[in-house]
Amino acid sequence: MKRYSAFAIAREAYRHHKGWERAWRNPEPKQKYDVIIVGAGGHGLATAYYLGRNFGITNVAVIEKGWLGGGNTGRNTTIIRSNYLQDPSAAIYEKSRSLYETLSQDLNYNIMFSPRGVMMLAQTQHEIRGYQRTVHANALQGVKTEFIGPKRVKELCPIINLDGPRYPVLGALWQSRGGTARHDAVAWGYARACSDMGMDIIQQCEVTGIDKENGKVTGVQTSKGAIACEKLGLVVAGHSGVLADMAGFRLPVESVALQALVSEPIKPCMDVVVMANTVHGYMSQSDKGEMVIGGGADGFNNYTQRGSFHHVEETVRALVETFPMISRLKMLRWWGGIVDMTGDRSPILSKTPLENCFINCGWGDWRVQGNPWVGLGYGRIDGQGSFPANRRVFNVALQRGQIYRRKRRSRSGALMEGTCKSLILQRPVQISHNPLNACERLLVNVEAGSC
Amino acid sequence: MLIFQCPYCGIDADETELSPGGEAHLKRFGPGASDEDFESYLFMRENPKGVHFERWRHSNGCGKWFHAARCTMTLEVFGTYSAQTFEPPQEIKDKISQKRPGWSWRNFS
Ligand SMILES: Cc1cc2nc3c(=O)[nH]c(=O)nc-3n(C[C@H](O)[C@H](O)[C@H](O)COP(=O)(O)OP(=O)(O)OC[C@H]3O[C@@H](n4cnc5c(N)ncnc54)[C@H](O)[C@@H]3O)c2cc1C
Ligand SMILES: [Zn+2]
Repeated sequence: MKRYSAFAIAREAYRHHKGWERAWRNPEPKQKYDVIIVGAGGHGLATAYYLGRNFGITNVAVIEKGWLGGGNTGRNTTIIRSNYLQDPSAAIYEKSRSLYETLSQDLNYNIMFSPRGVMMLAQTQHEIRGYQRTVHANALQGVKTEFIGPKRVKELCPIINLDGPRYPVLGALWQSRGGTARHDAVAWGYARACSDMGMDIIQQCEVTGIDKENGKVTGVQTSKGAIACEKLGLVVAGHSGVLADMAGFRLPVESVALQALVSEPIKPCMDVVVMANTVHGYMSQSDKGEMVIGGGADGFNNYTQRGSFHHVEETVRALVETFPMISRLKMLRWWGGIVDMTGDRSPILSKTPLENCFINCGWGDWRVQGNPWVGLGYGRIDGQGSFPANRRVFNVALQRGQIYRRKRRSRSGALMEGTCKSLILQRPVQISHNPLNACERLLVNVEAGSC
Repeated sequence: MLIFQCPYCGIDADETELSPGGEAHLKRFGPGASDEDFESYLFMRENPKGVHFERWRHSNGCGKWFHAARCTMTLEVFGTYSAQTFEPPQEIKDKISQKRPGWSWRNFS
């Protein structure tokens, strides 16, 4: 692989840019690999990358039914933040965020990480209390955030309207090192590095079946024929249910459409990311000048990659109050992605009842920011068939598993009560909802209801 | 945009008039059930790419709950039926078979 550098640009300028090579190979599948990863999104590619980089496992294929990065990885609003209340979430996302800081150098690929600051508006008294609590939790977790007042909000984001009337801005949770990254570039950078290590990224190849023998995975059936493997990782986001069905187990996951839209490009007017959870809308400005807007997810199962129009209407209507100037904007593009939602919004990284088959799913609508870390951790599961107990973040999560084990010994009535309560309060549920083996499931509590 | 005919008031209602209520025909488990059954009742869900059965509520209309059969891949609606039943009526199943021969969903086909 020829490295990208200022020198390379100068050199190529002299050669009329004829010397650039393809970023990744486009190989035909081999008959067998040590590890097959299904799904070339950010998570699948990051998994392959850290398998190679940290564990020296490079006889790996990443199989993708469309084009790499064409799933949710290329459909999100690119926000990266780690201002979570719960310890496991904060630990995972902060590790991930910090990996993003140096990912461009690590991959030798400009992922355009832009830690421009993420602001989560408090528009009710309840939100003020909630975010102040988060700030205190973040202080203990080592995540740098602060609670700022309306005056500072206006300084950081002059186009904002503080006064309501329906949703006045009362303050904000501010994470100055949160921001955005170019989502496509994240996938491309990982893909280039994987290909360079000798891994095969096989696009336009749909996995249509999973081969097994004596309860062990032996390979996959694809639109390009059968491919054998020792270990299999399923990293297919919205299609997790479909692949789990092929493998013969159930998941506590439902696939729903989440939407986003972008406006026509305009002059730079907003250099922070603003999220408004009460009205369920968030906005940032891309480097091209488009206002990137995201909202809530639909409430019903859907595989169509387009969501309901009224959701967009609700999102935009609510945002117009806080950002009156967007009422004049023309919206250019509007799309949806199929996100894999678990009941408690906690992701699943797990072994499965099928031996040597692993799954990573349930990240729903907050995974881009989890990319590097998940790849790192999941790579370890794939690589060694065991969980990386030495990683602090995993330890935290494993303790949750222990809580669950303890709980299970109590009578089912007590367990039930705990669970129902968690659901009603929308608090992270501490019971594993993995079909598989509760203790082997890593429970990571992502706050329910964070969009 | 999804449009369902409410089996109670007979009105064609679009999504904005309705609230989704999740998977249909769940078998409920309560006190006395095994942990596995209870856990699976709470969390495990059918997530097919294709024929699916759901509960919906005509919330901004007559307020009644009802059942719907539709395709999650095309958003095609096969039909709606009463909430007071443990399984889809034969007529709905036949309609689905015409359009999706060989379909199955849980124990139904
Ligand atoms: C509108 C929207 C906004 C979002 N905003 C944010 C945000 O601001 N910040 C954030 O952190 N997250 C956000 N997310 C979430 C984030 O995009 C996802 O969680 C993340 O990209 C998932 O990555 P992935 O690699 O797991 O999945 P994907 O990128 O979806 O990759 C899965 C791949 O598997 C492939 N696949 C499926 N079935 C098969 C098969 N049978 N054979 C072969 N390949 C198959 C798919 O084609 C796909 O490419 C958003 C999501 C959406 C939809
Ligand atoms: Zn009605």
